[in-house]
Amino acid sequence: MDVSKLESIAKNIRRDIIDMVYNAKSGHPGGALSCTDILVALYHDKMNLNLDENGQRIDKFILSKGHAAPAYYAVLSSVGFIPHEDLKTLRKIDSYLEGHPTNKINGVDVSSGSLGQGLSIANGMALAKKLDKKEGYVYCLLGDGEIEEGQIWEACMTANKYKLNNVIAFLDYNKLQIDGNILDVKSVDKLEEKFSSFGWNVQTINGHDFNEILSSIDKAKLSSEPNIIIANTIKGKGVSFMENVASWHGKAPNDEEYKKAMEELSK
Amino acid sequence: MKSTRKAYGEFLESIGANEDVVVLDADLASATKTDMFQKKYPERDIDVGIAEQDLVGTACGLALSGKTVFASTFAMFMAGRAYDQIRNTAAYSHVNVNLCATHAGVMVGEDGPTHQCIEDVALMNVVPTMKVFSPADDISTKKILSLCMKEDGPKYIRLGRSDVEDIYDESYEFKLGGSHTFGDGKDGTIFAYGPTVSIALNAQKDLANEGINVRVVDLYSIKPVDKEAIIKCAKETERLVSIEDHSVIGGIGSIIANVLCESYPKKLEKIGIQDRFGKSGSAKAVYEYFGLTKENIENKFKKI
Repeated sequence: MDVSKLESIAKNIRRDIIDMVYNAKSGHPGGALSCTDILVALYHDKMNLNLDENGQRIDKFILSKGHAAPAYYAVLSSVGFIPHEDLKTLRKIDSYLEGHPTNKINGVDVSSGSLGQGLSIANGMALAKKLDKKEGYVYCLLGDGEIEEGQIWEACMTANKYKLNNVIAFLDYNKLQIDGNILDVKSVDKLEEKFSSFGWNVQTINGHDFNEILSSIDKAKLSSEPNIIIANTIKGKGVSFMENVASWHGKAPNDEEYKKAMEELSK
Repeated sequence: MKSTRKAYGEFLESIGANEDVVVLDADLASATKTDMFQKKYPERDIDVGIAEQDLVGTACGLALSGKTVFASTFAMFMAGRAYDQIRNTAAYSHVNVNLCATHAGVMVGEDGPTHQCIEDVALMNVVPTMKVFSPADDISTKKILSLCMKEDGPKYIRLGRSDVEDIYDESYEFKLGGSHTFGDGKDGTIFAYGPTVSIALNAQKDLANEGINVRVVDLYSIKPVDKEAIIKCAKETERLVSIEDHSVIGGIGSIIANVLCESYPKKLEKIGIQDRFGKSGSAKAVYEYFGLTKENIENKFKKI
């Protein structure tokens, strides 16, 4: 798909995110805005969302950083899985759009939100594809703070052991987590070396450049190893006062902030 | 005599020709007895190494892709270490996965308290929608595992390390929420599951010789539990005793007490591990140490 078209979709998704979190009066705008472009590239260009003869989706996706649910729901809505008018019901008592993803939602394969678990699930799905000699890829989106969870590295070793080159993971590397800069919280550094030493094919890209996102996926598909695409991103991307501010990890904008954010995203 | 983990291994081997079956382990295949499957069907045996959280996650990914999945490790590391993965991935996503936890309870013996999981029934029982089973012998293990293959959603199957006596023959059927009652004595009921069923049956024989007639109920389906059977026994028999290789906090005693409290209040004596850790020793010595014996059961009835 034309990159300018993807950029325009991403802008709509960002508006949806702000709208959802504002209406819910809670949620996680920062990390949803940082991974929006990756999700748009996957769902609007790269993923084959058709089902195979066994009812399994040909390409699968796991939002391991489940708190980016607003971005996920908005993107699922943009490809027809969730009615757009439902997005405003996020986190409400009579809504099915829970605060974190649940597979009761159309298009969501597995629940997530408790961090660190998605990559193991992706491996399991990728193993099933290998056993059945099925085509398709398993995409997984990880948060950079999330990789502080030990299970991620357990999963990295499993993927290497079984040479799961049909796993394509993205790291939303926005460098911030709830308590601040990830380097101040824990030593989440030397990421290329870390993943590479675990036997993964590593690429580093600008996570807001669609050309780079798309071509990194094409390159990953040629790899004989599991893939991690380290996407340099900006937390709060697209809303000036949210960008690179850790406190926008998990709070909703007030009336004034909402208005300003929507204005910026309408330009 | 056979351990339920051995029965589990034999069951996996017997269904292994089914290409949908995938077995996962975390470096304990020789102990969980999945090695029998592993040798015959290496391509469908996934060993994730000493990584139980990854074990459950990987198992769920395979199950969500339509595979018939059995994941095994010791009860301590399944229910304990991977609790969050079981709750948030397996149960919340309603994954059709069989979590087969061996080496449950103080029966582990010599390895001692770090490996003697006496909390897993409590932990799994409280997970929303989880189904929990604990077979008592060879045949019931295989029948319950067959049942689990037909039941949707996450299942926790509690298995033991040591050999246990044979109780059932092929004529017995096992169902979700079911139980089996042995005898119709009116003097009391012994509620048991897993390895304590044979202990209870031996106590039943001794008591009968002394003119005390009790019945034994095998509550193999821990969740959902057979409430009707519990209430029936409470109504029809004098004294109620439960015995389990598990903490008395949150174990079958607590589950029975909840049922009684709601429907037919009655005193229940709970035999199990009190609020403490286990102990190293032979399985037999450890059972004696904690009073998981027929003599202890018998005393509960004799002191009327």
